[in-house]
Amino acid sequence: MVVFEKPKSLCDVPLHYCPGCTHGIIHRLVAEAIDELGIEGKTVGVAPVGCAVMAYNYFNCDMVEAAHGRAPAVATGIKRADPENIVFSYQGDGDLASIGTAETVHAATRNENITVIFVNNAIYGMTGGQMAPTTLPGQVTQTSPYGRDVNHCGYPVKISEMLSQLDGPEYIERVAVNNVKNVRAAKKAIKKAFQNQVEGKGFSLIEVISSCPTNWGLSPEKALQWLEENMIPYYPLGVYKDRTAQKEAEAK
Amino acid sequence: MPKVTFRTDWCKGCGLCAMVCPKQIIVIAKDKINQKGHSPAEITDQSKCIGCAFCATMCPDCIIKVEK
Repeated sequence: MVVFEKPKSLCDVPLHYCPGCTHGIIHRLVAEAIDELGIEGKTVGVAPVGCAVMAYNYFNCDMVEAAHGRAPAVATGIKRADPENIVFSYQGDGDLASIGTAETVHAATRNENITVIFVNNAIYGMTGGQMAPTTLPGQVTQTSPYGRDVNHCGYPVKISEMLSQLDGPEYIERVAVNNVKNVRAAKKAIKKAFQNQVEGKGFSLIEVISSCPTNWGLSPEKALQWLEENMIPYYPLGVYKDRTAQKEAEAK
Repeated sequence: MPKVTFRTDWCKGCGLCAMVCPKQIIVIAKDKINQKGHSPAEITDQSKCIGCAFCATMCPDCIIKVEK
């Protein structure tokens, strides 16, 4: 009996990511959710600009490459043109929380029936480790060699907290992939985000706290440790908005 | 009996599988090198494997298959 094997929605090709990069885990979780819901044939993914720019080579479904940050807007178009499609965007923090903030906020407030996977690793990975909007206060990056100075650069953007204040979105949850328990919780959250779309409930965003061993300058194992000690306290995990659950609670 | 197979050619030797293995039977084979130029992970004692699939859950490159 097979306990674990590669999901069918993930192409049989090697990934280009650095050793220990958790993008691979998150790709797999998305593919597992697609497999389990049996929506492979009608799923369309939108790839971002960033490390995951070549995600179109990895997912075994139709994929579109969006301009930097515009994935939720492109996903909106695909979904509205054919509402039968299951549309997801897969974006990093430099893509979604910086240049694409407007598109994200407005897709959320319109409650577009799409799924957004937001990978937050607190740094610009592909371009070589510059400070991102989500970089922690005091965190050393290429462009903040003395640590992020909040007086000069401001504070990190907390996307899940921010979007959960809106009336629009259906489901917002923050998860992490630093250990087996959290990976399993992340899988549950991602599957729910796709399930919400299948049921026509609306905009679901899953923020996944992720690591970047190369640009953090740590080994893969130490990077996950750093994530647990520094990122999770600043970006607390949990469900930030679940409109269906809220309505059910109010009805009682 | 549980059986774990690694697709060694695609392994990047990140060691996350070895980190989470509860039986600590996965090592990075420093004396070997694969076609990607990394030292791959390998299992030292298959008979101790309990088939929990923790290694496969954490593998970013999805190269581990677990059978029971």
